[in-house]
Amino acid sequence: MEFFRIRKDIPFMKHALVFNVISLITFLLAVFFLATKGLHFSVEFTGGTLMEVSYAEPPALEKIREAMAKEGYQDAQVQNFGSARDVLIRLPNREGMETGKVSDKVLASLSTLDGPKAELRRVEFVGPQVGKELASDGAMALLLVIGGIVLYLAMRFEWRFAVSAIIANLHDVIIILGFFALFQWEFSLPVLAATLAVLGYSVNESVVVFDRVRETFRKKRGLTTPQVLDHAITSTISRTIITHGSTQMMVLSMLLFGGETLYYFSLALTIGICFGIYSSVLVASPLVMWLGVSREQFMQVKKDKEEAVV
Amino acid sequence: MNRYPLWKNLLIGLVLLWGLIYTLPNFYGEVPAVQVSSGKATLKLDPGTVMKRVEESLGKAGLQHDGLFADLTSVRARFRDTDTQLKAKDAIEKAFNPDPTDPSYVVALNLLSASPQWLTSIHALPMYLGLDLRGGVHFLLQVDMKGAVTKRLDATAGDLRTLLRDKNVRHAGISREGQNVVVKFREAEAQSRARAVIMAANNDLQITEGQDGADFKLTAALSPLAQKSIQESALKQNITTLHNRINELGVAEPVIQQQGLDRIVVQLPGVQDVAKAKDILGRTATLEIRMVDDTPGALEAAVGGAIPAGTEVYNDRDGRPILVKKQVVLTGERLTDAQPGFDGQNHEPAVHLTLDSAGARIFKDVTRENINKRMAILLIEKGKGEVVTAPVIRSEIGGGRVQISGKMSSEEATDTALLLRAGSLAAPMEIIEERTIGPSLGAENISKGFHSTLWGFVAIAVFMCAYYMLFGLVSVLALASNLLLLVALLSLLQATLTLPGIAAIALTLGMAIDANVLINERIREELRNGATPQAAIHAGYDRAFDTILDSNVTTLIAGIALLVFGSGPVRGFAVVHCLGILTSMFSAILVSRGLVNLVYGKKRKLDKLAIGQVWKPGL
Repeated sequence: MEFFRIRKDIPFMKHALVFNVISLITFLLAVFFLATKGLHFSVEFTGGTLMEVSYAEPPALEKIREAMAKEGYQDAQVQNFGSARDVLIRLPNREGMETGKVSDKVLASLSTLDGPKAELRRVEFVGPQVGKELASDGAMALLLVIGGIVLYLAMRFEWRFAVSAIIANLHDVIIILGFFALFQWEFSLPVLAATLAVLGYSVNESVVVFDRVRETFRKKRGLTTPQVLDHAITSTISRTIITHGSTQMMVLSMLLFGGETLYYFSLALTIGICFGIYSSVLVASPLVMWLGVSREQFMQVKKDKEEAVV
Repeated sequence: MNRYPLWKNLLIGLVLLWGLIYTLPNFYGEVPAVQVSSGKATLKLDPGTVMKRVEESLGKAGLQHDGLFADLTSVRARFRDTDTQLKAKDAIEKAFNPDPTDPSYVVALNLLSASPQWLTSIHALPMYLGLDLRGGVHFLLQVDMKGAVTKRLDATAGDLRTLLRDKNVRHAGISREGQNVVVKFREAEAQSRARAVIMAANNDLQITEGQDGADFKLTAALSPLAQKSIQESALKQNITTLHNRINELGVAEPVIQQQGLDRIVVQLPGVQDVAKAKDILGRTATLEIRMVDDTPGALEAAVGGAIPAGTEVYNDRDGRPILVKKQVVLTGERLTDAQPGFDGQNHEPAVHLTLDSAGARIFKDVTRENINKRMAILLIEKGKGEVVTAPVIRSEIGGGRVQISGKMSSEEATDTALLLRAGSLAAPMEIIEERTIGPSLGAENISKGFHSTLWGFVAIAVFMCAYYMLFGLVSVLALASNLLLLVALLSLLQATLTLPGIAAIALTLGMAIDANVLINERIREELRNGATPQAAIHAGYDRAFDTILDSNVTTLIAGIALLVFGSGPVRGFAVVHCLGILTSMFSAILVSRGLVNLVYGKKRKLDKLAIGQVWKPGL
């Protein structure tokens, strides 16, 4: 089998502007949704109590809501989770409430309801002080990733590559967040982990292309910079699609079999992988071109290498 | 040229064998077990005798165990089924804790790996499952460090008062204001004298002079070093206290750890009664100081059943009864510290207690009025009191520093100090995070994680074999060896595996195939450009290496950032992700090359590689 039968290098760079405009529009849309709708943060970030209870038969949600209100939790959210028999209850933190005891109280009041008995599946309680830290830790992690990757790429390649790779891939992160804002999917810690993992993963996509760019610059003389980029992208595209396809198969499997906990995690990965291909190939490469990459920047390195071989 | 030297093949073989051995315990599953550990801070467990006693009690009950294991803190017995396990627990409980209201040992149900003895003896254990996979409770407690410092400052204020009076320095009032102790004076001369006296007596304080209207004042603050040591010991004491309290719950493998500077993580696998767990964690002081009733004949009467009004009978640690008044002089809340040490004069082992200022005042009054009488220090554990020590009061004791000495070994002094400290929390704590996972959800999470990894792997395997033929098969074998090594590494390190961790295994596998795709694509490309098969293999692996290294390093950077800044589920994800990247480098490059070499390396005349169809332009 051979999916990709490409006779000539595809002139990607001719349409560089178009790709970047598309990408810019998506990016702006993502920023727009982030600004207007905001992220729907999970309990881990906002603080509060989340309880998952399971019943033998579908319970009446209305009754549970009433019971919550009777306990003084008028702002409780009660909804089905996964199936009609599983119920998710969310309670925000409030000042002056003995936060650690909320789950016990709720469970006690649930057991007074008639009908089927509730089985406690999961409780998550997060105090108000934890959420803020998580957000700042997340931001620090993001900064460390950006700094580390820029430094490494600048050392291994050239600062132009480092800058364009990080710009291209950061905009993936924003787009993932944009999707989560638009659809109001729950943004939890695993989703944050997925987002950062995607950042590392799509940078490696750019690295593969850049590796080829460097190699082509050294090996093939007489090509213009856009031609070199076209050649590099064309000769790696088969690998790009197959690799991402394979990774996506794994992610799809998680999406299908992983249950609720892994659902948004794998959703974030799916978006990240799709936009990762696009941006790391079609956005990062034009950026490198516009930043003025040229053969001369690699000649020094070549000389060293020749000496080493001899 | 496509042959590995013998040592390289051996190395790969050995690493894979190692991986296989350490992965093995995960396949055996777990068997029910009963675990016996010490339930009291003073009781040290002697594994040899405990093992013998367990054996005896099981023999008496006619039950058979599947093996006995001991480590420093516990003895565990394996059983064939849960039925025997439950019966055995009852039998052991009866033998070890004849008085169920005052258990000395914790007898808990547990699960042990069913792997054979030889695996356990080389520390090949199954992966350590996190709470989201096995069910249980997780608490994150925030220690109120300000509270600990305030407590100390209160004590310091009392100290200063005594000190200045002893040295005849006249002051116009001592009080704690926020995080400072302020001493006021009428004259400047007293201020400077007081400064000298305090500096000589206490080097934990930083003193600044000032003026308040017509008054002169000294502001004393704890030095950063002193604050740090207070906070460290407060945290340690709280952890010790929590240990003692959790023993009561009979949890097989509780985790009580410091997290950051001022937090404690408590994980109780298998515990479902959250309300009870919280109640026990949050229990307040259980230490009490009361006077002993030494009226002649009263004790004998009390033991006989006629307890005099206003008194109670408690036993001391050797089981001797002591008659104690019901009125409580002091509670553990007034005790700020208890440390083992030595008597300043005769160098006998002693326990030094520190009381806060209110406690010191009460203590002074009580001791003045009760010279030559005995006072009892009681530790109320599980609603039952025990007299830790009942010393005779020799003289009035002021200043809040109390020494208990006489007829004790230094080990006893250490134990007593620990017991006294254990009764109270050094600083208040608050639950700031709680996670409870029911056992059914845990089992579901395992199967979900397992299935998503399995089906993802199968999908990739089918595709790779179809697309790259033999080279695809090699890639899949390399990927499988990656999984093997990763699981082995996780088992060896006993890193906690969580659901995000399983997701990281799946994701790492999905990403790791990249290296093999790169290699295979390169080989095809070399073939397309007219290289001979052997040269194509060589060049393919060679050229792909740089790219694989670069791309793995960038992924690793993201992984490390998550590891550094992540907490809870993110950290579980990051650990697996980082380890997976490392193992994937090994398996994708060395293992797959080794396999290819085994297949093709010896063939001199090779016209074709089974790498799927290689399409050449122009044909």
